[in-house]
Amino acid sequence: MSKYDVNGRVYTIEPRPGQCLRTFLRDLEVFGVKKGCDAGDCGACTVHIDGKPFHSCLVPAFRGEGRKITTIEGLARDGVMHPMQKAFHDAQAFQCGYCAAGMIMTTVTLTEAQKADLPHTLKGNLCRCTGYRSIVDALNGKCNIEPDVAGNALGASLPNPFTDAILTGKAHYTMDVAVEGLLHLKVLRSPHAHARIRKIDKTKALAVPGVAAVYTWEDVPGRKFSSALHEDHLVDPDDITLLDRVARFVGQRIAAVVAESEGAAEAGCRALDVEYEILPAVFDPVAAMAPGAPILHDKDEVVGGGTNIFCNLQGEIGNVAKGFAEADAVHEQTYSTTRVQHVHLETHGSIAWKGDDDRWHVRTSSQGPFVVQKKLAHIMGIPIRDIHVFTERVGGGFGGKQEMVSEDLVLFATMKLGRPVKWEWTREEEFIAATTRHQMTTTVKIGAKKDGTLTALDVRVVSNTGAYGGHGSETLAAAMSAPLAAYRCLNKKGDGYANYTNMTPAGGFRGYGASQTTFAIESAIDELARKLGIDPFVMRRKNVVKPGDNVESIWKEASDASFGSYGIAQCLDIVERELARGNGVEKPAGDNWREGTGAALAMLECGPPTEHRSGAAMELLPDGTYHLACGSSEMGNGISTAHKQIAASILGVRASDIALSNADTDKTPYDTGTYASTGTVVAGKAVHLTAQAMRDDILDFASRHTGAARDQCRLDNDAVICGNKRVMLSELHAAGTRIDHRFEVRQKSYLSPRTIAFNVHGVRLAVHAITGEIRVLHSVHAADIGKPINPMQCRGQLDGAVAMGYGWALIENMVHDDQGHMVNPQLRNCRIPTFADTPHTDIFFADTTDSIGPLGAKSQGECAINPVAPAVANALANATGVRFTDLPFTPDRLYARLTPRS
Amino acid sequence: MNLNTVGEIKRPASVEEVGPWRDGYSWLAGGTWLFSEPQIAVDTLIDLPSLGWTPLTVGESGLEIAATCRIVNLHDFKGPAGWRAVPLFRQCIDAFLMSFKIWNAATVGGNIVMSLPAGAMISLTAALEGVCTLWPRDGKPRQVPVVDFVTGNHQNVLQKGELLRSIHLPASALSKRHAMRQVSLTHLGRSAALIVGTVGDRGEDFLLTVSAATPKPVHLRFSKLPSAAELRKAIDDKLSPDAYFQDVHGSAPYKRHVTYYLAEQIRTELA
Repeated sequence: MSKYDVNGRVYTIEPRPGQCLRTFLRDLEVFGVKKGCDAGDCGACTVHIDGKPFHSCLVPAFRGEGRKITTIEGLARDGVMHPMQKAFHDAQAFQCGYCAAGMIMTTVTLTEAQKADLPHTLKGNLCRCTGYRSIVDALNGKCNIEPDVAGNALGASLPNPFTDAILTGKAHYTMDVAVEGLLHLKVLRSPHAHARIRKIDKTKALAVPGVAAVYTWEDVPGRKFSSALHEDHLVDPDDITLLDRVARFVGQRIAAVVAESEGAAEAGCRALDVEYEILPAVFDPVAAMAPGAPILHDKDEVVGGGTNIFCNLQGEIGNVAKGFAEADAVHEQTYSTTRVQHVHLETHGSIAWKGDDDRWHVRTSSQGPFVVQKKLAHIMGIPIRDIHVFTERVGGGFGGKQEMVSEDLVLFATMKLGRPVKWEWTREEEFIAATTRHQMTTTVKIGAKKDGTLTALDVRVVSNTGAYGGHGSETLAAAMSAPLAAYRCLNKKGDGYANYTNMTPAGGFRGYGASQTTFAIESAIDELARKLGIDPFVMRRKNVVKPGDNVESIWKEASDASFGSYGIAQCLDIVERELARGNGVEKPAGDNWREGTGAALAMLECGPPTEHRSGAAMELLPDGTYHLACGSSEMGNGISTAHKQIAASILGVRASDIALSNADTDKTPYDTGTYASTGTVVAGKAVHLTAQAMRDDILDFASRHTGAARDQCRLDNDAVICGNKRVMLSELHAAGTRIDHRFEVRQKSYLSPRTIAFNVHGVRLAVHAITGEIRVLHSVHAADIGKPINPMQCRGQLDGAVAMGYGWALIENMVHDDQGHMVNPQLRNCRIPTFADTPHTDIFFADTTDSIGPLGAKSQGECAINPVAPAVANALANATGVRFTDLPFTPDRLYARLTPRS
Repeated sequence: MNLNTVGEIKRPASVEEVGPWRDGYSWLAGGTWLFSEPQIAVDTLIDLPSLGWTPLTVGESGLEIAATCRIVNLHDFKGPAGWRAVPLFRQCIDAFLMSFKIWNAATVGGNIVMSLPAGAMISLTAALEGVCTLWPRDGKPRQVPVVDFVTGNHQNVLQKGELLRSIHLPASALSKRHAMRQVSLTHLGRSAALIVGTVGDRGEDFLLTVSAATPKPVHLRFSKLPSAAELRKAIDDKLSPDAYFQDVHGSAPYKRHVTYYLAEQIRTELA
């Protein structure tokens, strides 16, 4: 047997011949070594071999023999963090934390010269959350955190409560557990965009050693469902079955193979004989509407039947024809945006088993475990109480985990086989089979008077929802709402379609439909301003919706969205001022660089128009500290920190005095899910109400217990002041326990009314007239997000959203061939922003305090992505005189329309 | 990632130990490509580092780079003073999409044998007029210039089981002046075009090597530095519009467009 030295511990063991070092280490329960791509592109698995950094997913395990292997777990000495871990701690240089181990294992090896050239040295480390700004802070030794002081929790930049565990590799993400007797599930995915399955012969697959079972459409419950997670399941069409007889996109699951190892499950998939009847396919959503197009779903839920139009939304306020007749200038243009993948570094995956309590347990990576629980009960036909769904730590979501795509098959298999079953997705599967942002084509016609007053706005949206309709109608509704409501205009009209095609199903993605229309309308506003000779900032100031205006897009009925605060004017002022002031970065030398500036705004109604609800529960513990339970998912959004701070601020204690349980259907009250900008305004509100109830419960009891008048009682950190007495909470708890007073409270919150937030993004850039290269010289963002509960985290959310916006605008490009196969389903071929691609952004907060959101706060993590792409487009137009209408702005899509100096 | 179809690792001390070649065998150099994608046709990996080849050998005639020489070795190489092209090693290495961490494992030979258009070691060794030594499974070693070794996207002249043993860069090429340009759709991303020019001290023997923009590296050789018009004509003569490589890292028309631009920049720099 061979000897392997891992973090100073010697293992006598033999790796499998084709095994890579990453899985070999994880088999030894060294779970700090993460899988982001398993292909050498993301760096999450970085370890040291004899002191040198390697991507362990690319290292044949046998080459580690006799060498000194160090992982994140081995970096701390005698329980003391390595200075780099401490630097990441102080800068809070992570959000979901999934990339942190690899980021630290890389940065600890850097020479000073390498540190001075981070664009090159961080090529091999992807972070999807932070926009890399806080990582640079860590490398510069910057401290972004403040002390946790009782009574000062609100508005303090407190560190993530799980920081130490994340930075030392001890935090357990979804797959970071060893399970006895585990079986592995893999699926065979459709090679065809549209096909009916004639026959599946399992014989050879079942003969593969280690294969325990093979399931096809003939074996599974036929109940239909939508993989989209929403409180109201009726907003999404029930158009999916566990395994379908018809494949509607390349990558759809055809059969599931369960085996003793992943390798055997994969071999089983390869051994399946499937006979397909290939059907005609349609990929373009406009072509899908045409008569004679192949129909994907001939079901009742499709409007009218016999069509691929899943959803059509129309409306008009005023009279746009009249409005255009009154206009002095009209701009009309068609804009298009692309599908993109979330690329949360932790892929989808779930583990299911039967517990000693005879119930089914599902450990998963989800933004909405409670809705997953309900859907699983529906599919399997068992009571909800028999299923327990929970997350431990989730490695990023961005909307991609507002989807039930891995829980269903593992639960089905474990129910059939009685053994625990795990399914961990590959990065390629994320690209070909997980959801994406909806590709939308948007025609905007917009008119205004000479003075810039808008007279008419007409928007037509065609959205490609792909093979299944989850999120199709909701994203379309979002596309037809806030971006239009952001402007005061008496005449507005909209016509929107979400159409089925044989593409990978689209789903929820940060910005959720509004991003797409914001791109079109904000581009159009600039074009209209140019025609009228009006400064684009003036144009926006003149027309942006104000308190007192109707907040309406194309429908007349009253909305529950209103201004709990109003900060757009400040945001516009800040971005205009900062761009004018400049940052001293000059355009590169040379004749062919063209420089330009541009800005765009985005409005967010904080939360979805449909139902959303959260509950929270709190108890006072015997030692005088608290426990808070709230169903929200923590996936790097910082919601755990924020919730603790909200509760701590009401109770006057340190955030660390509040223990937290989250995202667990057994341990926390119901929560619809952590998406649609609800973590603060809905779940946060539940926490706020619950903490107030906790305070009242304690003070009521203290008053009775001490005889002091209720209005003479107040909380004082770990005690209650009752008149002139100070009673420790622990003492009070003991007194309560004696008479069966439990100090437990529970409150719920709902979404309505919704407040309104704004973001403005400004860009100064240079574009090379020959190569088409774009360099962002100055990036400015102003956010009207109310009173930040944790400014450091809010800034981090904005950094991350803006970086994602740049990715959508400039880089990310999922390419499919004419048969619907993705050409580039690897991170090295479908790029997301690296450090080198991500400009530093100067971030500002408008000074607003909201009257609707909890403690003056509004949503902050989502909307910042929306104005980035149009700001880039506007800056490009300003620099070149050319309006680019189709994302992404990669050099090869720009150069032909640029005019070099001859 | 795990290569779950692999059932055996051979770690031979000499190539003779490998025995007859069969389907399912694969040479394993750094492993950085092999382990980055499923290799379901492979059941046996034959470890090349076990052969113990010396990575870099400096001789009178030039530099001998073993196929198993890791990128990091080449990055750290400091050649004789007269070899003015050595800085080009680092320029090409920096043109890789890959992280410096991958340099610790990836090999020069592996990159060349992968034969991707954007393979920066192909660009480098083609530009420096490298010659590959190939070891067929049967028969005598043979020599093939790098520029002819790669025949297309992911294609080369290797026969089944044939091994790339080394690449020889002649001292004459290493002694020339050089200029290099690269563009990518993303910052420091995969090359859409990587173009190198080399020239003698008196402006003689100008060699332009176009890579990444084309499926295989292309040499344009001039006895003396051409004029801008001559260079452009030579590019057009050698490369028709459909000779450029269309992929997700750049459209073919774009690659053609930047090839003209970068080639002219190189010509100007070396003039």
